[in-house]
Amino acid sequence: MTIDAFLQHLANGISLGSLYALIAIGYTMVYGILRLINFAHGEIFMLSTYVALYGVALFTLPWQLAFLLAILITGLMGVLIEKAAYSPLRESPKMSVLISAIGISFFLQNLGLVIFTGRPKTFPRPDFFAKMYDFGGIKIMSLTFVIPIVAAIFLGILVFLVNKTKMGMAMRAVSKDFETARLMGIDVDKVISYTFFIGSALAAVGGIMWGMKFPRIDPLLGLLPGLKCFIAAVVGGIGSITGAVIGGFFLGLGEIMLVAFFPEFSGYRDAFAFVLLIIILLVKPTGIIGEKMTEKV
Amino acid sequence: MLLKIENLNVHYGGIHALKGINLNVEKNKIITLIGANGAGKSSTLRAISGLVKSSGGSIIYKGEDITTVKTTEKVKKGITLVPEGRRVFANLTVYENLLLGAYLRNDKKEIESDIEYVYSLFPRLKERVWQHAGTLSGGEQQMLAIGRALMARPELIMMDEPSLGLAPLVVKDVFNIIQEIHKQGMTILLIEQNANAALNIADYGYVLETGKIVLEGPGKELAENEEVKKAYLGS
Repeated sequence: MTIDAFLQHLANGISLGSLYALIAIGYTMVYGILRLINFAHGEIFMLSTYVALYGVALFTLPWQLAFLLAILITGLMGVLIEKAAYSPLRESPKMSVLISAIGISFFLQNLGLVIFTGRPKTFPRPDFFAKMYDFGGIKIMSLTFVIPIVAAIFLGILVFLVNKTKMGMAMRAVSKDFETARLMGIDVDKVISYTFFIGSALAAVGGIMWGMKFPRIDPLLGLLPGLKCFIAAVVGGIGSITGAVIGGFFLGLGEIMLVAFFPEFSGYRDAFAFVLLIIILLVKPTGIIGEKMTEKV
Repeated sequence: MLLKIENLNVHYGGIHALKGINLNVEKNKIITLIGANGAGKSSTLRAISGLVKSSGGSIIYKGEDITTVKTTEKVKKGITLVPEGRRVFANLTVYENLLLGAYLRNDKKEIESDIEYVYSLFPRLKERVWQHAGTLSGGEQQMLAIGRALMARPELIMMDEPSLGLAPLVVKDVFNIIQEIHKQGMTILLIEQNANAALNIADYGYVLETGKIVLEGPGKELAENEEVKKAYLGS
């Protein structure tokens, strides 16, 4: 492989990894607080692409505004899903909440099929993201650079929110101990809503850029990326934001490099994530940087 | 009367943990609840702070019925609980733990001066401000838990076995601190297994047995009571 080709794969891997990282954060944050694997997260991701698409195509909003609105609306949808499907089960066994999450996931997929129909739609790609740059023979689209930059900006905002704000401090407290957090006067339900908003909004950021990178979207779009990003979160160490980012990049780069170095395996591209999951569960079940989770009482 | 509890009941599923207890907490006093494991001491405090729902009876705070008020609101009204087993936020720094104690307050300057006040009570904490609370020793964590509760500027502070699992010297420190904050006008409702030490500093005490109050009286009197001596003081 030439160095040029390698660099092109590297750029692709980083950009795919950024998308995985953005989506994986939603899994890890919700897990950190509720010890729940939010199986509807892939569907939230899917919905964000349709919201952005309709914003641009149906309401003919400028893309900047449409994308921003899509991020906010998706964040609110995440909050709404939590209120409707998880919050009423707060005192129930974990398994009930998990089943509710799977139910919501199927519900949203099928609702998508009814509303958006099963026929794939083309996601708009504004010119800003579609400029081609020529680097001595290899062509790279501006989107490939924009994705990691946007991801880095949102990750920076997230790190600031979690570590430097009062709400972030409350989130970290709630993730350790609901009851004691209540004794501090923290409104736990509000903190959970914030968590779902942030996780879903980041999934929307990922979803919109996903749509521009792979512009055919359909209502089952969330299934595979959703599973893969869940795997990324587990690989990195579920519950940890840094872990989700590491897992996302690991998975994105791994997938691209697998195909790059072993073209004969390109049919197994999607299997890479699952093999990785099996290996990590065998070798280090807590994930790359995962800490031991003590059961909350 | 700061806090008045009438006929309080608590059920956990089929278990009747509190069977109608009556309890009074006067302002600026130390009140203690003693009793064996499972007598309902913790349940009483948890019901007062709203962590468990009571199944009957009423909790009156400053003349207002707060039986069904949410925990957050109770903290706002000035009732705070130092939970059993300290329960500091291990993943947060000592400083952040103290800030969380003042979560409902917005007076930044006052919060900082209260943190200084907590440091003056517990100089050890000041040395460890930026350490994660999980790295503190048991005694230090207990001090942090008390300091954190003080940060809410409560009027009533409830403590669930603050001496549990601590070395005897540290236990002495903890009891000194309790008296110290009491002197500054705090009302304290204290649960203890260490009945001797608790009754010695308490103005008034209650003895709980399987969910009922079986005995009550001024702390010193209870300490002299033959039954109490036999059952709880080991003599």
